[in-house]
Amino acid sequence: MLDRPTRPGPQDSAPPPPTFSGHDGLDHEEPLLFEIGRLDASGVDFDSPEPFEDRLGGLARTAPIGLPGLSEPEAVRHYVRLSRKNYSIDAGIFPLGSCTMKHNPRLNEKMARLPGFADIHPLQPQTTVQGALAAMQELSDWLTTLTGAAAVALPPKAGAHGELCGLMAIKTALRARGEAETRKIVLIPQSAHGTNPASAALLGFEARALSAGEDGVVSVEAVRAAAGPDTAAIMLTNPNTCGLFERDIAAIAEVVHAAGGYVYCDGANFNAIAGLARPGDFGVDAMHLNLHKTFSTPHGGGGPGAGPVVLSERLAPFAPVPFLRRGTDGALRLVEQPEGQSFGRLSAFHGQMGMFVRALTYMLSHGGDGLTQASRDAVLSANYLRASLRDVMSQPFGDRICMHEVLFDDAFLKDTGVTTLDFAKAMIDEGYHPMTVYFPLVAHGAMLIEPTESESKASLDAFVATLRALCKAASDGETGRFTQAPRRAPRRRLDETLAARKPVLRWSADSSQSR
Amino acid sequence: MRYHPLAEADRAEMLDAIGAAHIEELFAAAGDALLKKPLDLPCGRSEMAVERHMSALAARNTPASSVPFFLGAGAYRHHVPASVDHLIQRSEFMTSYTPYQPEIAQGTLQYLFEFQTQVALLTGMEVANASMYDGSTATVEAVLMAHRVTKRRKAVLSGALHPHYAEAVRTLSTLAGDDVISLAPDVSGQEDLIGAIDAETSCVVAQTPDVFGNLRDLRGLAQACHDNGALLVVVVTEIVSLGLVTSPGEMGADIVVCEGQSLGNGLNFGGPYVGLFATRAEFVRQAPGRLAGQTVDADGRRAFTLTLSTREQHIRRDKATSNICTNSGLCALAFSIHLTLLGETGLRRLAGVNHAGAVALAKELAQIDGVEVLNSVFFNEFTLRVPGDAAVLVETLAAHGVMAGVPVSRLLPGAGLDDLLLVACTETVTPQDRAAFVDALEGAL
Repeated sequence: MLDRPTRPGPQDSAPPPPTFSGHDGLDHEEPLLFEIGRLDASGVDFDSPEPFEDRLGGLARTAPIGLPGLSEPEAVRHYVRLSRKNYSIDAGIFPLGSCTMKHNPRLNEKMARLPGFADIHPLQPQTTVQGALAAMQELSDWLTTLTGAAAVALPPKAGAHGELCGLMAIKTALRARGEAETRKIVLIPQSAHGTNPASAALLGFEARALSAGEDGVVSVEAVRAAAGPDTAAIMLTNPNTCGLFERDIAAIAEVVHAAGGYVYCDGANFNAIAGLARPGDFGVDAMHLNLHKTFSTPHGGGGPGAGPVVLSERLAPFAPVPFLRRGTDGALRLVEQPEGQSFGRLSAFHGQMGMFVRALTYMLSHGGDGLTQASRDAVLSANYLRASLRDVMSQPFGDRICMHEVLFDDAFLKDTGVTTLDFAKAMIDEGYHPMTVYFPLVAHGAMLIEPTESESKASLDAFVATLRALCKAASDGETGRFTQAPRRAPRRRLDETLAARKPVLRWSADSSQSR
Repeated sequence: MRYHPLAEADRAEMLDAIGAAHIEELFAAAGDALLKKPLDLPCGRSEMAVERHMSALAARNTPASSVPFFLGAGAYRHHVPASVDHLIQRSEFMTSYTPYQPEIAQGTLQYLFEFQTQVALLTGMEVANASMYDGSTATVEAVLMAHRVTKRRKAVLSGALHPHYAEAVRTLSTLAGDDVISLAPDVSGQEDLIGAIDAETSCVVAQTPDVFGNLRDLRGLAQACHDNGALLVVVVTEIVSLGLVTSPGEMGADIVVCEGQSLGNGLNFGGPYVGLFATRAEFVRQAPGRLAGQTVDADGRRAFTLTLSTREQHIRRDKATSNICTNSGLCALAFSIHLTLLGETGLRRLAGVNHAGAVALAKELAQIDGVEVLNSVFFNEFTLRVPGDAAVLVETLAAHGVMAGVPVSRLLPGAGLDDLLLVACTETVTPQDRAAFVDALEGAL
């Protein structure tokens, strides 16, 4: 009876003709909201307002806003289709160096959504939020124990905000010493994140670049030569963005302290050493912790993050408000008005509570033992990649043990006609998100790979096999595989020059026609 | 450990491949910095045990949904449609990174482009960025941008700007060596901002509805700013108001910064929230933060990418317009989805329901002996003068199961405004909630 074919007939291998729908199988082209929405459509039902006399004082809006709406099924479809154009850590290894794309446990999400955390107002009476304050205190205790710091400032909302917070504490401390006007220089290695010099400049500091040695780390001598009576601070990333431990950091801290400056540590890479070493032990005065890196809160396509800053005894008195204090009755209170030497307020309310809950959940799940294991596995995995790729890729500072990430340069692509960017785009066709490219600036055509502890050995091996095959293809002269990549992504390479020269930053009826 | 895929056998094989005898060899560079013994921290626990611990902490808080609830002052309880939280938890949104590889991040880039458009339309401005951390930090960035645009370094802050926002601006400005003139707290909405402008003024920062709930007509102020070569920065902490009232752009604003929490995002004890940042097209190269822009791919198809990044820290380092890197992507998505679900019709209705409820509540409260509503015009929040200390009253009402509002002294201690209470009424407040508030207040007085 069945006349439905159950085996494929002869299939050719010619490229398929364009589709009639414009879609590409499961990859749907999705118009802009403004091309499918309607001003009179809505996916939310309301009761009509009670009759009222308006108290708007003549400020009622008269002209239409122009905001399109969608019914719920249309909206769900729009966003689900958009989501499918994204790569994600849930779908595959996301080896962005210095960004720490580790697994985001779903228990964290569930806990952050408990009404007792998600549905409380920052200005409720403090007697009604004692559990939230206790969670903040627990998080603080974990962070100070892990870092060996005296105190922690919870308000900063991201890593760069944490840098700003730490430098504000340093500037306030310098003022208290009467040296804010004479100490203007912040020493920053060339391999640092761009946020470091940008944060320093915001406060009127002058960023002075420090060169690393042949071995990729900053030497005590270089710091001794640069540090002096005009030094406000040094900003060091440890492990640094070349994936190397700044082995002289304790001695460097001594030199900077002896010169009268402070030591800021960019904690973006703390995930390499959590549970194994404490920045407080090597002289760090302030360090931000990206909860969205080391402590697994999701990156969300660019935030929200959280960047609490741990502080040494020296800087703790200058911490911003609010901070927690336990009363004699055992109750926790937020101190919201600056007192003593506090530098003041960084932002509204008390910090990224939703991220605190997620990070605390992560720490409780791991425990001290699990966090230590995570650091070891992250470093082990990066070194495994290094060992598995060192004969086919090139390392700017020679083949040396790395921490949680391994840095390659483009020397191995010399004379192949393939650039770092081409190599990265070819990885997309292979189903991988590329590593961080062209950063740090100290390596030519840099490729910075951070696997994290979340990858199985099978996943690492598959990744290695693909990279090795790509290296061979490059040296075999298969240039087109790289220069024409990606071909198997929702889009091919973009014209970024056009985007910058003729910026179209919002939809309008005109811009829509150039589709 | 349930989050670690490597087995002991894997680790041994990997060490072998590396040529290391023991994991410690990989940490040799840290030398003396390495701890000699494990830190004094608890051991890892099962999912069930952690859930029990966290739930016990959560149970010690009083959620807004469990009581008649009237708090605002920069954070508002609104109903968020169920589909919003479902959609933002899609793996491809929640567990992706900043879209540095646009070919495989068109989902994020397109929603950011749509978000920017929605923000521009709502605020009445030409362009908007891809979000800031929150309203307060967006305000700090707006002041810094005004300094860059005008090449002046003195900001004038309204006395009815949210005190946390004003403190954030003052703190950074003081440390950066910029001038700030802060007007005295202004409950009436009658302060003389125009009189505070001089030839050194880079910007005036004014909020509407202001922190005391007053809607402010800023058209005259905009004119005065422009006559003096200064910019008008308008702050909006309750974005739903823009469904009903004239936009800052129509009033002549040069930069509009908002707290976007009200749409798509919960109270979360103060964060994460989402800052909105909109301005005129002519100033866009001085703007902070990420910008998504439209372009084409190699096949000529429309595509989106981060653009104008020569303003940003990863390119310009110490010459960047801002140090911001991570912003508030997923909260911006929640905002955008909620606004898409509302549409123009839904937003106007939502704003209407808020205003109607607040008008009714103001009327009901004003009938209580000794209680006075200070505002003549407002959106969904107003200032109540009560006999005695508002903070004490709030504690008393909380003990009776009503969260009455934010005492002004919580934000401005020592300002002599201890008898003032900020009361917000959103669509989540029912007529029964209002009656419970009135009863409890009458009982407490």
